[in-house]
Amino acid sequence: MRAMRMKQAMKGHEPRSSSSCAACKLLKRKCTSTCIFAPYFRSDEPKKFAKVHKVFGASNVSKILVEVPEEQREDTVNSLAYEAEARLRDPVYGCIGAIALLQRKMLELQHDLAIARARLARYTVPAVSTSSPSVLMDENVGMVSFYDMPCCSGVNESFGQSSSQLTQVQPMNDFGQFPYIF
Amino acid sequence: MSTISSRCAACKYLRRRCPPDCIFSPYFPSNDPQRFACVHRIYGASNVGKMIQQTPTQMRAQVADSLYFESRCRIQDPVYGCVGIISLLHLQIHNAESELAKVKAQIAFLNSDANREPSFRPQLEGASNVNNLWSAQSSVEQHQIGSSTTHGPLAFM
Repeated sequence: MRAMRMKQAMKGHEPRSSSSCAACKLLKRKCTSTCIFAPYFRSDEPKKFAKVHKVFGASNVSKILVEVPEEQREDTVNSLAYEAEARLRDPVYGCIGAIALLQRKMLELQHDLAIARARLARYTVPAVSTSSPSVLMDENVGMVSFYDMPCCSGVNESFGQSSSQLTQVQPMNDFGQFPYIF
Repeated sequence: MSTISSRCAACKYLRRRCPPDCIFSPYFPSNDPQRFACVHRIYGASNVGKMIQQTPTQMRAQVADSLYFESRCRIQDPVYGCVGIISLLHLQIHNAESELAKVKAQIAFLNSDANREPSFRPQLEGASNVNNLWSAQSSVEQHQIGSSTTHGPLAFM
C-alpha cells in the first residue's frame, strides 16, 4: 500500500514526454514532433540551450534557424552556442575579444615572418626568390583581408580604423580600452 | 518643444517614450537607426538592455559596439556569424606558423652548412633545390589543409 502511494506520488514528477528536447524542457512546454530545436538541442545537453537562450533568446534563435536551410542548421546552432559561450565568458567583448587576440597573434606572426625572411635573404643569392613576398599573397591559401569580408564593410568606420591599419600594431585605438585592432 | 524628436533610436524603434534615464540612449543615437535594428533583430531589446545594465558604466559603450558588430556579422552570415571570421583567422595563423617554421628551417639548414664549411656559400643551384623541396612540401601541406577545411569553418572548435 505504501509502495503504491509512493509510486503514485512519483508519477506526478515524471515528464509527460521522455523525449523532450533541452529547449522544451527549459521552456517548460510540450516538445512536438516538429519542434525546431529538438534536432540540435538534445536533452542530455541542457547547458547548451540554456546559454544560447540567455544570450539570444529562444524566439530569436528560432527565427534564425527558420531562415537557414535545414542542412546548415546544425552549424548555425553550434556557432550560436560558441558565440553565447564567448559572451557569457566575456560580457563586454564576447567574440570580439577572441577576434582581437587572434588578430594580434597574426600581426606578431607577420612581424616574425618578415624578420625571418630578411635573415634568409642574407643567405641566398639575391636573384633567387625564396617564396611569395607575403603569406597574405599566397594564392594557394586564399587569405582574405578582414575588410574584404562582407560583414565588415562599413564596420570599420564605426571603430574609427582604416584597412591599412590591419597590419600595423597600435598601442591604443580611438576607442580607448577596446582591445582589438581593426 | 515636442519630446518625440529627442527619442533615441531604440525608443523610436520600440515606439515608446524615451525616458531621461533610458539605458539605450547613450549607445543608440537617433541618427543611426540601423544600429539598434541590427542588435534588436539578433538579441532582442530585453537581452540587450540586460547586458548593458549588468556592465559597469564605463564599459557599456564597448558592449553596445561589440553587440552591434556581432549582430551585423550574424545578419550577413546567418549560419556562422562572426565565428566565420574566427575560423578564417585560425586558418591564417596556422598557415603563417607553417610558413615561419619553414623559413626558420631553411635558415637553420643554411646556417649549419655555413658553419661546417666557412668558405662554402650556397650556390644558385643548391638554393633552388632547397626551395623546390619546400615548394613541394608546401603544396602537400596546402592540400592537407584544404582537406581539413572540408569539415567546415567550425573545425577549429
